[in-house]
Amino acid sequence: MPKLTVDGVEVEVPVGSTVLQACEAAGREIPIFCFHPRLNIAGSCRMCLVEMEKSPKPVASCAMPAADGMVIKTDTPLVHKARRGVLEFLLINHPLDCPICDQGGECDLQDITLFYGPDQSRYTENKRPVVDKYLGPLVSTHMTRCIHCTRCIRFLDEVAGVEELGAVQRGEHMEITNWIEASLTSELQGNIIDLCPVGALNSKPYEYKARTWELRKTESIDVSDAVGSNIRVDARGNEVMRIVPRLHEGINEEWLSDKGRFLYDGLKKRRLDRPMVRRDGQLQPADWRIALDAAAARLKGTAPERIGFVIGDLVDAETMVLVRELAARIGTPNVDCRQDGSRLGYGPRASWLFNSTIEGIERADAFLLVGTNPRHEAAVLNARIRKRSRQIPMPVGRIGAAGIDLTYEVQDLGAGVQTLSDLLAGGIGFAKELRAAQNPMVILGSGATARADGLAVLDLAMRVADEFGAISEGWNGFNVLHHAASRVAGLDLGLVPGQGGGLDVAGMLAGGVDVLFLIGADELDLSGLSPDVHVIYQGHHGDRSAPRADVILPGAAWTEKHGTYVNTEGRPQRAKLAVMPPGEAREDWKILRALSDVLGVTVKLDTLGAVRARLAELAPFLATPDVIVPAAWERAAGPGDLGFDRAPFVSPITEYYQTNAIARASGVMAECTKLRLAEHSIKATGTHG
Amino acid sequence: MSSAVHIATRPYGAMAPDVETFAFSPENQEEVARILARYPAERQQSAMLPLLLLAQEQHGGWLPQAAMDHVAELLNVAKIRVYEVATFYDMYNTRPVGPIQVRVCTTTPCWLCGSDDIVRAAKDELECDIGESSPDGRFFLREFECLGACANAPVLWVDQDFYEDLDYEKARAVLAALKRGETPKPGSQTGRQASMPVGGKTTLFETAPESRPANDEAGA
Repeated sequence: MPKLTVDGVEVEVPVGSTVLQACEAAGREIPIFCFHPRLNIAGSCRMCLVEMEKSPKPVASCAMPAADGMVIKTDTPLVHKARRGVLEFLLINHPLDCPICDQGGECDLQDITLFYGPDQSRYTENKRPVVDKYLGPLVSTHMTRCIHCTRCIRFLDEVAGVEELGAVQRGEHMEITNWIEASLTSELQGNIIDLCPVGALNSKPYEYKARTWELRKTESIDVSDAVGSNIRVDARGNEVMRIVPRLHEGINEEWLSDKGRFLYDGLKKRRLDRPMVRRDGQLQPADWRIALDAAAARLKGTAPERIGFVIGDLVDAETMVLVRELAARIGTPNVDCRQDGSRLGYGPRASWLFNSTIEGIERADAFLLVGTNPRHEAAVLNARIRKRSRQIPMPVGRIGAAGIDLTYEVQDLGAGVQTLSDLLAGGIGFAKELRAAQNPMVILGSGATARADGLAVLDLAMRVADEFGAISEGWNGFNVLHHAASRVAGLDLGLVPGQGGGLDVAGMLAGGVDVLFLIGADELDLSGLSPDVHVIYQGHHGDRSAPRADVILPGAAWTEKHGTYVNTEGRPQRAKLAVMPPGEAREDWKILRALSDVLGVTVKLDTLGAVRARLAELAPFLATPDVIVPAAWERAAGPGDLGFDRAPFVSPITEYYQTNAIARASGVMAECTKLRLAEHSIKATGTHG
Repeated sequence: MSSAVHIATRPYGAMAPDVETFAFSPENQEEVARILARYPAERQQSAMLPLLLLAQEQHGGWLPQAAMDHVAELLNVAKIRVYEVATFYDMYNTRPVGPIQVRVCTTTPCWLCGSDDIVRAAKDELECDIGESSPDGRFFLREFECLGACANAPVLWVDQDFYEDLDYEKARAVLAALKRGETPKPGSQTGRQASMPVGGKTTLFETAPESRPANDEAGA
């Protein structure tokens, strides 16, 4: 470990560190633009210059490897002069439009200029004009502000895995561009907005909407997938203005998927903001008392086993506690949190968790993807797999739809169950690679479990995990990748029809119930539902299910309530209330609490604290936020001879930007979808280059 | 340069049009194979520069996007990586230009010896400005940094040939000949041999020995 002296302080840093890291270890802050700890070193901005003894010139500390005996000075006249000089050059072509720039207030160039820069410019010539580039509906560009740090290029190349941005021309004419006027295709492109140290890349939907210092910042959790990315919801008044990621090394590092970042405009559209009751065939506004009475009357007048509850993908754990209590008091076994028809939820908890944890991906050395397209189902998690594949040469096998680009090299092994059992029997070449791995990982997606033979596939996959050494001391390589934010909490709370004869979603829709209570369940096909079935819809968007409802109880979206979400790893995290629900909409658990009173089966949980205490009772492993309680590995007894379906595994996500009610209400997501479809049709007709 | 690039032969046609698709001609495909063979399998993208040059020569002096895309495909790299390289280097033209490339050196030695006149002569004769192609689309005029022929300043570089010791009239004469489809004699236009002193030689008056060492010619 090299030992160096920084400003008279002796520090020891790990081998391979840079001088910049050594300075930071010594508690010195070095201004940087191009350097980013998660990206390769570019050394292009020269902002991090420091003085090094025996070096005639200042050195770029981000690119200089730390060596034994170096004497570094970061606070000398030479360093100050160098910084001032670099900034003066950077500012030569940078426009003075801070007052209208969206980056203003959170701009590295602004801050660093304030601290280290010259107080005036000596430049009187014309500034360099640069044409703005079109990068799609998410990222806006103001290329005159660009200082050529190339972070955006490096991010797309290294993390997102789509080489679409580059630096063309050279010297004074250098420009960041995609060359062809096409939108970026990454599901992580929004992150280049955060990475840009100046205002060159901005959020297009947020453009000119607010100033950063007027925003009220609330810590929350992303619900657009089951990764549970940490986010910050920035609101002004009662309006969500933007969503940005928060750092969480165990989950999303500092990235966020585009859907999580940009779906928020859907929060302002198609909202259910008052209770409604169907009269004379029309849904008509009503007050809460009337709506609750109407719902209760129906529930009371129906035999308990003819009542069914279906829980949607965005529901928080607190609401599910109330659903569980309410259903138990009504006496119905028909409760299902798996609206996609998944068969998970029976047997040990390890059979529905991402047991290796997301951080564990960086310890794995072989992957088997079964019935999943992680790029669409969990974009941030997919970036982690890509990160790992760049660290070591790593075999990735896929069983399911072939040919989909996951941004790393994948061997397509086959399409369905047959391949999986062949693999178990060792009849596929990939078996050898999997067996050779120290920490192999099996990732089972809902494409494999949301089908009639789901349990049998699950059992088969668990046997594969066992057989190929994915389960060992300190390593559990069996992983289920969910794509619904509510799913793991639902399974943990046992919100599946019991083995004792409750109906699952398909059973309820096929005429098994007379009253169907939907809690934010919008991914169902209600077209086949008998017109006699009474539908109560509680949720926040007038999406697919609300038009069919007979009673609508307006709930709160995830930004409008305090809620616990359990991600695919089984990690409970709390999202906080950022804005108030619109109109007469209420927090969901309170609605169910009130309904239980009207029904006369009072659920005695009156405060959020009480609900959470009950949650901790029902599922003790969900008691502490952000702590994963590992699930013990046991293989459930085989489900018996269910017979396999020969159909290939199909990922549940056909349209990445349209997977939940909020995203479907969002204009930004709609535009992304339109572009993606247009691109596909161009490719299909073969007129593309 | 000892590159084996196939140079299109005169007379040139007009400016090459943009194309939707690009493929190397059969002769050039052999050349592509030869170029690719120079680099190890995992370093194939090192062949980008010579392949781009070959594509540009084949396409009459400039690189349409289709050609860059084709090179990207051959090398299995992202298209933007090829655009970056093609725009970085001065000798690739990524917009349509005339096939006969006329470059005037305007760096200090040439400038002191009157390169302003040469620029004027080229503008007058080719009827276009710096960075433009002539109206007939056959010539592309541009300024260039030092061509390394300072002893014979000012210099004009046309395709593979240097025309040296120019003045306004001589430059026009050279370009006029090129316009007629002739190939003027390259080198000094004042009759001076190579870069001997302008006033005749001042040394080496002895006659050359009968037998010269063999290795003298090898480097020529």
